[in-house]
Amino acid sequence: MSDDAALRPAPWVTRDSAFFWEAAKNEQLLGQRCSKCKVLRSPPRPMCPNCNCVESETQVLSGRATVYSWVIPRYPPVPGFEPGYIVAVLNLEEGIRFVSNLCDIEYEDVTPDMPVEVFFEPTKDGYKIPLFRPASR
Amino acid sequence: MSIPQLNQVAIAGIGNTEFSRNSGRSETQLAAECIKAALDDAGLHPADVDGMVTFTIDNNEDVALIRNLGIEALSYSSRVPHGGGGSGGALVHAAGAIVAGLADVVVVWRAMNERSEYRFGSANATPPAPGGGATSMEWSVPWGAATPACWQSMVSQRYMVEYGLKSEDLAHISVLMRKHAANNPNAFGYEKPITVEDHQSSRWIIEPILRLLDCCQESDGGQAFVLTSIERARDLRQKPVRICAGAQHVPFPIDSITNFYQGDFTEMISTSGMAAQLYEQSGIAPKDIQVAQLYDHFSPIVLQHLEAWGFCGKGEGMDFLRDGNCELDGRLPVNTHGGLIGEAYIHGLNSAAEAMRQVRGTAINQIPGVQYSAFSSGMTGLIFGHD
Repeated sequence: MSDDAALRPAPWVTRDSAFFWEAAKNEQLLGQRCSKCKVLRSPPRPMCPNCNCVESETQVLSGRATVYSWVIPRYPPVPGFEPGYIVAVLNLEEGIRFVSNLCDIEYEDVTPDMPVEVFFEPTKDGYKIPLFRPASR
Repeated sequence: MSIPQLNQVAIAGIGNTEFSRNSGRSETQLAAECIKAALDDAGLHPADVDGMVTFTIDNNEDVALIRNLGIEALSYSSRVPHGGGGSGGALVHAAGAIVAGLADVVVVWRAMNERSEYRFGSANATPPAPGGGATSMEWSVPWGAATPACWQSMVSQRYMVEYGLKSEDLAHISVLMRKHAANNPNAFGYEKPITVEDHQSSRWIIEPILRLLDCCQESDGGQAFVLTSIERARDLRQKPVRICAGAQHVPFPIDSITNFYQGDFTEMISTSGMAAQLYEQSGIAPKDIQVAQLYDHFSPIVLQHLEAWGFCGKGEGMDFLRDGNCELDGRLPVNTHGGLIGEAYIHGLNSAAEAMRQVRGTAINQIPGVQYSAFSSGMTGLIFGHD
């Protein structure tokens, strides 16, 4: 499919992260929390480190975050990525970390802890990936 | 009855192959050669060996090596996680086995054709094989954060923002490593010192953190050690190098390399916790240490090692280095062989070798009067001293 070739690489979906990527197809950013003690954890994993419960439930995240660190990978080129993309470590509003790309902004204009918000972009294999851009308000 | 301590163990032999861009031989051969060199250095025979330890990402299996070397039987084998972060841990495991009576003579090695057969700096496009020491990679690679340089930069960037550091500041770290390497015939950087201008004109790898000259040299080569009890080491060929302390600290929020889930990027909590254990074990304090080899796969991490070991205060690493403290005639000479940036990247073990040579008194850039010599691979590390 020629359309598919132009898209970003597909995510690496594992048994423990499938719920995240299925929800992302519907443009929903999901967190994972323990069914018993309700502690949110990230990245997803099968057991709650707080109470060792293996039952988990999802929590819809606001998609609001602040920028903790940000860089531009220059070399080597990464297949499927246009040069100049920004990789950022984000603090999500719910208190968990998330790595993503900062879009619709120049590197020089990014400031520490600036507010950003999620949006989704299609990838190969029919997935959607959460990306971030400056918050609209 | 007192509990046996790691300080009853010594490094009896040090051996390495040449470090190169293309070894021209298999990784098995490199491993066998560097282990044989370390045994020769100690004055021991392969038949004396009964333990072998390495750390993840090495492609050599113990059984293949014993059949090359003619080792009769292994009573102890161990492979420490975390890739290069576990390089110090391999020595700690070997020492622990000796203290526990599980083995008498333990070999530690790393041997890879990392330059000619594959490049660590390549962009990861597919999930890594399990058991390779990587965790959480699926939560960064799909966003184009696909190389070790990128992962380290994502952490260092916040450190640099907090303390107002720029690429031109980091230049002084690489210039110093290359200054030390320039005297070292085993180094990629032998007779090739660089200037701040060279650094500043080298291309961006990860903008605006790492330029080419901030990065270690992917290398082919092997490095090995022979460990035994200090009592036995006294009867061998070399002056024993005592393990005064050895430790690992892998706290809850730490990932091996994609380390984004710990709270504050300005603190290297694995290393500060590890160093605290070393000081507790030995009664040695930062001021007692004369020379340090700090895992410098990328330049900015040198500053965080300095701070985590307590050689200077938090956020003071750059000033400490700029003030000349890490020069050969400074308060704490750092990476006196040129480090991983200047000598070669044998995943930390070549820096461990330098820490030992500084105790033996055989380093190229020998520091006079070394009593205690530190090696830090981040999550793991040791302090070496005299018999």
